[in-house]
Amino acid sequence: MPADALSRVFSALADPTRRDIVARLTDGDATVGELAEPYEMSIQAVSKHLRVLEDAGLVTRSRQAQRRPVHLEAEVFDLMTKWIERYRRRAEERYRRLDAVLRSMPDITEMPDITQPETGEES
Amino acid sequence: MTTANTHQTQIVLDPDVPLVRIIREFDAPPEQVFSAHAEPELVVQWLAPRGYEIRIDHYDCRSGGSYRYVHIDDDNEYGFRGCFHEVRPSELIVQTFTFEGEPDGVALEKLVLEDIGGGRTRLVATSLVDSFEGRDAFVASGMEDGIRQIFERLDELLAG
Repeated sequence: MPADALSRVFSALADPTRRDIVARLTDGDATVGELAEPYEMSIQAVSKHLRVLEDAGLVTRSRQAQRRPVHLEAEVFDLMTKWIERYRRRAEERYRRLDAVLRSMPDITEMPDITQPETGEES
Repeated sequence: MTTANTHQTQIVLDPDVPLVRIIREFDAPPEQVFSAHAEPELVVQWLAPRGYEIRIDHYDCRSGGSYRYVHIDDDNEYGFRGCFHEVRPSELIVQTFTFEGEPDGVALEKLVLEDIGGGRTRLVATSLVDSFEGRDAFVASGMEDGIRQIFERLDELLAG
């Protein structure tokens, strides 16, 4: 099911540690130990994150090599990033139109409130 | 007044619940950002996606109120409707959102406006749907052509 596949990739990328792992893998393959180094978490915890990324199709691990380096499937990552970016851009376009609407509105903080009777003190 | 916009729209997709969150800051106080969401004559000026016109049937933005509007392109009309569940001026709008083409589906939307000083506002808009598939379709809506290609390509990649 394509929607399930997308959900897995979305969920995988929603976690900041996993996003960081993916960002570091864009520089090149790395072992679990190398990936775990900058984090204050166990190798097991990092392995768990990697399993989520692997299930989503974002990373693969070589079965042959002894070091079993983790490899980023850049094409999957690019597709997802593009998708989210398109959604973000549409929201940004909408809010730029809202910016223009807001600019055209009278600045209510500087306008005298004509609905109030003039009994208050001047300021 | 500064028109420079250093705060671009941020998108957050939650891993644990099927929601999408949009965060954006505006160079206007919460009262104005709220009005632009609550008054139909202002809403029509910005809400419709590019390439569509919007026609509002009714838009009663207060607790217990409801709304219906249609997006119109050359050939079709797409209806959207929902209820305003809780509305607090300048602070909060909680509403439901349904695309009439899929009437069983509903999103629960929460719009929170935060005064961040200097006449500026941070808007946090959260949409919660009832499944991850629904959430992802929601994010994809309006860009079906591109998304279909991505689905197909992703299927190939994940099958390989």
